[in-house]
Amino acid sequence: MCLAIPALLVEKRPNDQALVELGGIRKPVSIALVPEANVGDYVIVHVGHAIGVLDPDEAQKTLAMFAEMQSRTAEVLS
Amino acid sequence: MKYIDEFRDGDLARHIAERIAAEVKPDHQYRFMEFCGGHTHAISRYGVLELLPPNVRMIHGPGCPVCVLPIGRVDLAIELALQHDVILCTYGDTMRVPASGGLSLTKAKARGGDIRMVYSAGDALQLARDNPEKQVVFFAIGFETTTPPTALVIRDAAHEGLKNFSVMCSHVLTPPAIRAILDGAEAHETAEIEGFVGPAHVSVVIGSDPYAKFAQEYKKPVVIAGFEPLDVLQAILMLVRQVNEGRTEVENEFTRAVTPQGNLNAQAVMDDVFELREAFEWRGLGTMPHSALQIREKYRAFDAEHRFGLGYRSVPDNKACECGAILRGVKEPRDCKIFGTVCTPENPIGSCMVSSEGACAAHYTYGRFRDAQPVTPCAASQLPPLSPAAGGGRHLRPGEAGSSVPLDGAPAVLES
Repeated sequence: MCLAIPALLVEKRPNDQALVELGGIRKPVSIALVPEANVGDYVIVHVGHAIGVLDPDEAQKTLAMFAEMQSRTAEVLS
Repeated sequence: MKYIDEFRDGDLARHIAERIAAEVKPDHQYRFMEFCGGHTHAISRYGVLELLPPNVRMIHGPGCPVCVLPIGRVDLAIELALQHDVILCTYGDTMRVPASGGLSLTKAKARGGDIRMVYSAGDALQLARDNPEKQVVFFAIGFETTTPPTALVIRDAAHEGLKNFSVMCSHVLTPPAIRAILDGAEAHETAEIEGFVGPAHVSVVIGSDPYAKFAQEYKKPVVIAGFEPLDVLQAILMLVRQVNEGRTEVENEFTRAVTPQGNLNAQAVMDDVFELREAFEWRGLGTMPHSALQIREKYRAFDAEHRFGLGYRSVPDNKACECGAILRGVKEPRDCKIFGTVCTPENPIGSCMVSSEGACAAHYTYGRFRDAQPVTPCAASQLPPLSPAAGGGRHLRPGEAGSSVPLDGAPAVLES
């Protein structure tokens, strides 16, 4: 029920509406809850509304943490 | 797809699992609850359990809005559709929740009720605009993730002065449910838990701050995690570390989407439209004070309960159904006598079998074969060799002489 997916904001439209793209599919959503979102941002879409904006730097940090763990595990095993 | 595929990488998952295995204390039993149905689903679908050491146990929580929706609320929605001649709109998950008298919204639709599944609260509002001669009611369920969109449509309807739109608000709140689980654990009514995998998208809206009291008052670590398998594994590793080091903090694995304060715009819209409901009945957890929302006085005209004079009546669950105990974390789906036999996703008796994130539906879809006794090559080699008389090397058909499966036998029941 709380499932939501990150989608790329490709166009802002009047009345807090926007067009997002996900895997080649474009869909209109409301950005009334994230008025700060801009074209090029990834927004988290839930029941036709963007409820949050993804922070690309934080996403990168989390992925880097996973990668670091991978190299550490490799060291321990070698 | 960006921000999804990277967080489902199987190699990385195995590396995180190796870290967990390396860091757990072998003599300690770790018991964590994943609060959200979204996490339950991810754990089942991606086989996260198989990657965990045997002394790390995950307990499913009550964070599935469909699962905690009591029969009495669905009865009200059916009453609206069948007796008040409204167009009743709701999210797809709600349609099959069992109600009184063997009904569900799907079955009430078959009886002639104008019941429509919508993707968004905005679709319900549009139906009201398109059908000015009919009353349109949106049966709104969900946790804090789903609440702000409902608040927005109520506000839009008020701006437009729509006279034929109202909402039956059944929105519930996450922190009171976590508190109920923790209080219940102290009273030995719910499962004992050492820490929580905290909500993903609920936390996008409410932030990570509201969980601080659980870490402080109840001394339980909380790690907020995204719904992808790597997020869940990483959160479990972080919980293991907190337990090992004796820390009880709120940590955030899902920093790419969750901030300490959450989405302040969404919170402002919710606060404008909703207020705390005095008490609300949850399936499994009982009636809890201040655990749900109702529409504020100034938007009363859009409150379906007020407009149609609906009165709530509590209805007990099916006696054979163990949803209540499963939602409190004291039983597992396999402990339920009717799991997988009478109660299946096609014919759900209890609500946990309805939504794909319900503990029973997730276990039925992805986990039930793990419980069945596998025939291993080792066990097979211990069987006496087949004599030519007993089938000539070909497989026996059910009912055939020499077969252990009777022809008229009931289909194999995987659970007992």
